This record gives sequence, structure tokens and C-alpha cells, in this order.
Amino acid sequence: MILELFILSAFLFSIGLAIVITRKNAIFVLMGIELMLNASNINLVAIGGDAGQGIFFGLFVIVIAAAEAAVGLALVLKIYHYYNSIELDKINELKD
Amino acid sequence: MSDWLIYFLGFIAILSACYVLFTSNLLYAAFSLVVTFISIALLYLALGAEFIAVTQIMIYVGGIIVLIIFGVMLTNKLGNEPPQSGSHNKFIAGLISASIFGLLCYAIVQINFSNDKVSGSLYNIKQIGQGLFTDYLLVFELAGILLLVALIGASVIASKKDTV
Repeated sequence: MILELFILSAFLFSIGLAIVITRKNAIFVLMGIELMLNASNINLVAIGGDAGQGIFFGLFVIVIAAAEAAVGLALVLKIYHYYNSIELDKINELKD
Repeated sequence: MSDWLIYFLGFIAILSACYVLFTSNLLYAAFSLVVTFISIALLYLALGAEFIAVTQIMIYVGGIIVLIIFGVMLTNKLGNEPPQSGSHNKFIAGLISASIFGLLCYAIVQINFSNDKVSGSLYNIKQIGQGLFTDYLLVFELAGILLLVALIGASVIASKKDTV
């Protein structure tokens, strides 16, 4: 059973990575990052560990994900206020 | 019974994650992500880790998805047309993610899981509370401080004043 859970987690991680690379919209990119964090969490809960370390690490990963989503969306709102767009291929002032 | 349930929930999670990947409508993607998170929470419940399942539903479905939908509403001029968004780098992304999936599967198959079993069921809420206040007390308080700092910082960044 643990093998199938690991493969499910690898599949979800790859889908999240593809979302992060392909999407132009910044909010889609945040969704992909959440999906990748969830995939890692499935691994941690599936392993568990003799003293329950996996469960505790999963809880702390969820806390970090909440903090990351709040700060990321605040940055997205600020970028939208400044550039009037959150399409990531148009916001390339630093590149040139 | 339990194995069948876990396969079914994993299948639903994969389907809805693929819908997030292939749709171009932001709101449909957000609601499909809700389905993914709920099916992962039910997967935790089927594995016996009930506390982390409840935490997943409360934080992801109740908090993060609401934040994401707020972001969609605030950054799109919602008129008659739905909030669409395109994609680019499709070939590169398919190549990279397929190769990473292959690499991970190769590494997973190499591991010997013969005497490991799924052990979420050993830990009930009483043991988690005792663990959080004994072995993991420092990490627990650091997580609390991190959340406080992140939320204050997020509200400072998103405020209208251009002082920063």
C-alpha cells in the first residue's frame, strides 16, 4: 500500500510542477505550489514513523503552506495594483 | 475494502489535479483544487491519521482556497466573460515533469518496503497533543511566531499605502 501512496504523491508532484511551469497567471502558479506541498505531505503521513514524526512534520508543512499562501497572495495583489496585470510573461522589467 | 477506498480517492485526486492542469478558467480550477484537497483529506482519514485530515480540511479548504478565490476576484475584471488564462512552455513543462515523474518512480521502486506498513493509525489526538507540548514544543512555538509574522507582513504588503 505504501508503494502506491508514494507513486500517487510523485504523480501529484509532477502535475504541480507542470502547472508552475506552464501557467501565465500568478494565481495558477500558487495553486501548483499548494499541490506540490500536498504531495509531499502524503508521503510524510504515509511513512508515519515509529514515534509519529511524519504526522508532526505534516502538520508543520500545513502551517508553512498557510503562511506562504497569505504572503504570496499579498504580493500578487500588490503586483496587480502596480502593473494592472498578473500575467507573468508580461512582468519582465527586471529581465532587460 | 480499505484498499479499494484508497485507490478510489487517489483516482479522484489525480483526475481533479489534471483538470487544474488542463482548464483555462481560473474559478473552475480553484473549485477543482477543492475536490483534490478534500479527497486527500479523506485519504488521510482512510489511512487513520484523523487529526491531520481535519487540519487539512480546516486550513486548505477553509482558508487557503478562500484566499485564492479572493485573489481571483480581486485581480480580474469580472464582466460577462469568464476569467481565462493561457499557458506557455508546454513542451518543456511536459518533458521536465514527465522526466521527474519517471525518476521518482524509479527511485520509489528501488526502495524495499517489505517490513514497513502505513502507520498513521498509531497516533490519536491525545498522543499528538502530548507530542506537541513535549518533544516538538520549540517547533510548535516557532510555527506560531512564523504564522503571526507572515500574517502581519501580508497585511502590511497588501495595504494601500505606498510607504514601502
